[in-house]
Amino acid sequence: MSDIISQYGTIFLIMACVFGFFMAWGVGANDVANAMGTSVGAKAITIKQAILIAMVFEFAGAYFAGGEVTSTIRSGIIDIEKAGFADSPELLVYGMLSSLLAAGIWLLIASHNGWPVSTTHSIIGAIVGFAVVGISVDAVVWSKVWSIVASWVVSPMCSGIIAFFIFRSVQKLVLETDDPFANAKKYVPLYIFMVGFIIAMVTLVKGLRYVGLDFSFGESLGIAVAVGVFAMLLGVLLLRGIKEVAAENEDFHFSSVEKVFGVLMIFTACSMAFAHGSNDVANAIGPLAAVAGVVRSGGEFSEQSGLPFWILLLGGGGIVAGLAMWGYKVIATIGRNITELTPSRGFAAELAAASTVVVASGTGIPVSTTHTLVGAVLGVGLARGIGALNLTVVSRIFLSWVVTLPVGAGISIIFFFLFKAIFS
Amino acid sequence: MSTPLSALFGRSPIRPIQEHMAIAHHCVELLGKFLEASFVKDWDVAFAVQQEIRAQENLADDLKSNVRTNLPKSLFLPVPRTDLLELLSTQDKLANRAKDVAGLMLGRRMEIPESLVVEVRDYYNESFLASKQALKVINELDELLETGFRGKEVELVEGLINELDDLEHQTDVSQVKLRAKLFELEQSLPPVDVMFLYKIIDQIGDLADISESVGARLLLLIAR
Repeated sequence: MSDIISQYGTIFLIMACVFGFFMAWGVGANDVANAMGTSVGAKAITIKQAILIAMVFEFAGAYFAGGEVTSTIRSGIIDIEKAGFADSPELLVYGMLSSLLAAGIWLLIASHNGWPVSTTHSIIGAIVGFAVVGISVDAVVWSKVWSIVASWVVSPMCSGIIAFFIFRSVQKLVLETDDPFANAKKYVPLYIFMVGFIIAMVTLVKGLRYVGLDFSFGESLGIAVAVGVFAMLLGVLLLRGIKEVAAENEDFHFSSVEKVFGVLMIFTACSMAFAHGSNDVANAIGPLAAVAGVVRSGGEFSEQSGLPFWILLLGGGGIVAGLAMWGYKVIATIGRNITELTPSRGFAAELAAASTVVVASGTGIPVSTTHTLVGAVLGVGLARGIGALNLTVVSRIFLSWVVTLPVGAGISIIFFFLFKAIFS
Repeated sequence: MSTPLSALFGRSPIRPIQEHMAIAHHCVELLGKFLEASFVKDWDVAFAVQQEIRAQENLADDLKSNVRTNLPKSLFLPVPRTDLLELLSTQDKLANRAKDVAGLMLGRRMEIPESLVVEVRDYYNESFLASKQALKVINELDELLETGFRGKEVELVEGLINELDDLEHQTDVSQVKLRAKLFELEQSLPPVDVMFLYKIIDQIGDLADISESVGARLLLLIAR
């Protein structure tokens, strides 16, 4: 029954690569900007540095911690047996190709119009769409879908709560004290340690088995502490150059303090890029991995086949290309727009969002990095830390969910039947 | 181009409110120049200064309505929106009152009796200091936002507001003295002039009163 696969296998693979690259390009051009824009807006890093950090840490995140989400998108949403892919594996290929194309096109339209649409929601909508209409309602693992949808509400709330408490701790330990500058220098290295430790710990415990590394909990703990300490030492080195300058504090007494937090924000920017890479790269390479798996095995669908390195490279490459060709413009725009977010706030939001997203990645749940970051910023706002927040954005995000799921599904269904007509 | 993240940030009213207070205080400062001109009966200069006060007061009005239109109910602020708007309109009264004094004196070509000039000057200076202190308090708004309206910074601002209250009290004392002195003189002056002199003394005192209520409004923002 795998005639179609053996006949068109190479074409399918090429198509999947092109569509996957297109999708990854879109993620790099648009989505990464949200992860990096906060740090640029707070003037902690320049745009060039942001792009450099994004390139390195997006890739690292995808490689070290992206396996679980990729596996969810590739084979966790559709029930392979009930969908009958054993008999007609080409249906899965059509479906994944349509999903990539549908999500890519919808993202292009949405970002052109400035709608707050998430890559994650588009691809999930597209996959569920083709599976329900093209195959059958039973083909979808609904329990998984519902847990993903629930996480879209839970993840922004979680990161909001975490951000609230991180920022309250900054207020208590630094901003409210008699000598904020001295306390900032004292506590910022500890926050840097936390950044390194949390990201490393979650990755080590949850993600690394896809790279073929498996550490015990004790080993993981040791390595995570080492990563944290290394980051902290690096931070201490960077902090040495920052002195309290009376002149710059004349108009705004906390200018020097914010400079100290600026150093911290370099680290949270890295963690943000890492978290984003671990979760969102999967949106592009998950479907590609599914197609590649089917084609390579000549139609036999094996759930357990590992993720080939070249797929990751293609996804990472697409993101970097999108970032270099278009993303830097978006970062610049976002950076200009969110100057209200000072480093002491931005770091709290980024750390909360990055931690939440990395935990989601480790559990294999695809969430929206941008929406998680929005939740985190609202958390800082609840701690009375931000001048003015526009709450209409929250309702716009809800609206975008309601629209994205059916539209992504609709476009994907159209392409599914189109491919079916062409190849079968 | 907008993303949910950049759209999330509304325009913070803090900086515009500080700018508004700076202009309001500038009106009070200009009133000093106006009074000096009126003391020497140089009505050309007085007219020019009065025009300047009017222009500044218009500027303050524009800024005020600008802040108001950019403060929709959907905006989530660290302090109650109504308190911010009250603070703003109190600041605005400061500019208005300075304009009133200059307008009234210019319109009537009012001359302060020679024997009162020194007292009126001192009295104005005290009101001016209160307004200056109010500006100083408002300039702490961005630091208050930085600390989330908590901790040491709150204590610092409360201290500044206490000083402001003292300054206002000082003008009350001077006002009583000034009125007493005018009362001694009033038989020798045209009755209508005396009536308006009392009014001018009242209004210059208002400058300090309004400055004090700017501080009180800010205290409301902090107290929660």
